[in-house]
Amino acid sequence: MKRVTGIVALAALGASVAAGSAFADTSDKKIALSNNYAGNSWRQAMLRSWEKVTGQAVADGVVAAADAFTTAENQVTEQAAQIQNMILEGYDAIVLNAASPEGLNGAVKEACDAGIIVVSFDGIVTEPCAWRVAVDFKQMGKDEVLYLAEKMPDGGKLLEIRGLAGVFVDDEISSGIHEGVAENAQFEIVGSVHGDWAQDVAQKAVAGILPSLPEDIVAVVTQGGDGYGAAQAFKAAGRDTPLIIMGNREDELKWWKEQKDANGYETMSVSIAPGVSTLAFWVAQQILDGADVPKDLTVPFLRIDQDNLEENLANTEPGGVANTEYSLDDAKKVVDEAKM
Amino acid sequence: MSHAPTADTGESLFARLTSPRVLRSILPAFSLVVILLAIFYLQPRAMSPIGLKLLFNLSVPIALATIAQMFVLCVNDLDLSIGAYVGFVVAVGATMLDGGIAALPALEGMLPDPVPWILTTPISGVIVLAAGIGVYALLGALIYIRDLPSIVVTLGMSFVWAGLAVLVLPTPGGSAPAFVRAVMTLSTPVVPFAIVALVIIAIVVHFGLMRTAYGAVIRGAGGNPRSVARAGWSLLKIKMVSFALAGFFGMLAGLALLGLTTAGDANIAVRYTLLSIAGAILGGSEFVGGRVSPIGAVIGAATLTLANSFLTFLKLNPDFQIGAQGAILIIILALRVLINRAEARR
Repeated sequence: MKRVTGIVALAALGASVAAGSAFADTSDKKIALSNNYAGNSWRQAMLRSWEKVTGQAVADGVVAAADAFTTAENQVTEQAAQIQNMILEGYDAIVLNAASPEGLNGAVKEACDAGIIVVSFDGIVTEPCAWRVAVDFKQMGKDEVLYLAEKMPDGGKLLEIRGLAGVFVDDEISSGIHEGVAENAQFEIVGSVHGDWAQDVAQKAVAGILPSLPEDIVAVVTQGGDGYGAAQAFKAAGRDTPLIIMGNREDELKWWKEQKDANGYETMSVSIAPGVSTLAFWVAQQILDGADVPKDLTVPFLRIDQDNLEENLANTEPGGVANTEYSLDDAKKVVDEAKM
Repeated sequence: MSHAPTADTGESLFARLTSPRVLRSILPAFSLVVILLAIFYLQPRAMSPIGLKLLFNLSVPIALATIAQMFVLCVNDLDLSIGAYVGFVVAVGATMLDGGIAALPALEGMLPDPVPWILTTPISGVIVLAAGIGVYALLGALIYIRDLPSIVVTLGMSFVWAGLAVLVLPTPGGSAPAFVRAVMTLSTPVVPFAIVALVIIAIVVHFGLMRTAYGAVIRGAGGNPRSVARAGWSLLKIKMVSFALAGFFGMLAGLALLGLTTAGDANIAVRYTLLSIAGAILGGSEFVGGRVSPIGAVIGAATLTLANSFLTFLKLNPDFQIGAQGAILIIILALRVLINRAEARR
């Protein structure tokens, strides 16, 4: 039923756009970015990518405006208020990185009811009227274990570093890791700490749990932003550094490069390119353009391996995170894949 | 209760209107109007019933949380757990108050089939919420009897509430009970429901606390506990009553928030602790001395919400928005301090 209303809405939108001009034109449309958090390198890069790509799009006359808004603190209520303000501002589309998949549904519904296109990405929302450019975080967690299974067929003991407790991304990645471990019984998770996706927190948490862990930990599965801190904690405890999965942060890649040059250290690094905000921007533009876009889209991972480490490190800003920006064609490709 | 000097009859009308006491009670309303006018100037679209509804919607739960905080401030204590408690209420509301014990995510797949009514009745949610208020009353008793600093006790409780909320609702989800949703989406003619609700909250609490005998006793317990005790009132009971009232209004805040968001999230209201303290202080309450103002608290909460919107409309760079929010708070509080200084000089 909800899908039907969605299609009807889409058809209505298509009709209104078609009435406006011969071919759908988005040059008078305004798109807003509602962002819940800007306090880490990933989010900073995300905002910079948005600025770069949408700035060009506005200059080229593709859209009229593409303003970015970030709430002061990562709070659902604040972001709900922000979305309500965007409705008042008269934006045609809202691109949303949500603080909660459920908690914003009320505000998102209000936006939809006001005829606004809502495209959520990274932190997606479950409200059926919104589009979702989702990351398969669970697969990301599972990929880590699959990589380990390939690398270490004998298996061994793992330490898991989780993200921020109670945030669904943390649950998803962790459940993917646990699913991977369940399928590869040679691995066993002997400890789990919350690193909050921050190097300093991860370092403290790992340092705290290390004394209680066995000596033969073969690998650390992580969620990104915590690999460098984990490495420092192992070093400080005077223990051998296990294989630590990285999360594309510059400090992590740099450390990896140093280890690689010094002793041939091998690992892999996976995360979502912060430029995914630009993918969501183009998706929103496509929907405004009248294109038929399925409600659920999937973002490709940005994975760095032993052989393309140098290249990616060179492209990563100090203190930043490995990134790639998406183009209109990339967005069309993602849309086409979702249709299949 | 106030220690402010009463205006002499000899003073001119102007002097009376500019007396610190009057200024202080006008300041909250004044800041609200200034920010509201600024918003109307920046975004004329906000000047419509829909616009006002969107602007004030989310200040209803914040106002209720601020009232809760005010009851604690009233007896010279501070509640650092109100945000976590509101989150706990939201978690319980989105699960047990909607579908009973059976709606708890932790029990998924463990339920007998068919599910007996005792597991699906929302009464369990009502019982848990009532127990929450009971815990608040006990906290009041604990703080009084053991003479503990409320900051320490409530800071500890904030972890308890947050833990319970995550236990009840480990991942965001659940759904708001229909009646909660219905209340929060009421549409009233001309004036949006949010504003009507704010006015009702302010008036009800104002009359309860400022105009009844027991309300005066509660405020007296904050102003001069010894004389209230000498007059034969039980300070223990007063503490318990004011903490229970805080728990009650905290619960209302959680339910109102749930009605607006439609689904729960254990971390939804973490910021409410600071917002409620800031709202109460903005609205003219003091940290000690039983000097509080319910109407001011509601206005303070609304001002905080509007300040947020104002910055969005201003299209400030995101990096500055965070600082600017603090700057607005500091400006308003600085005005308060200036007025207080002027009062002290007299």
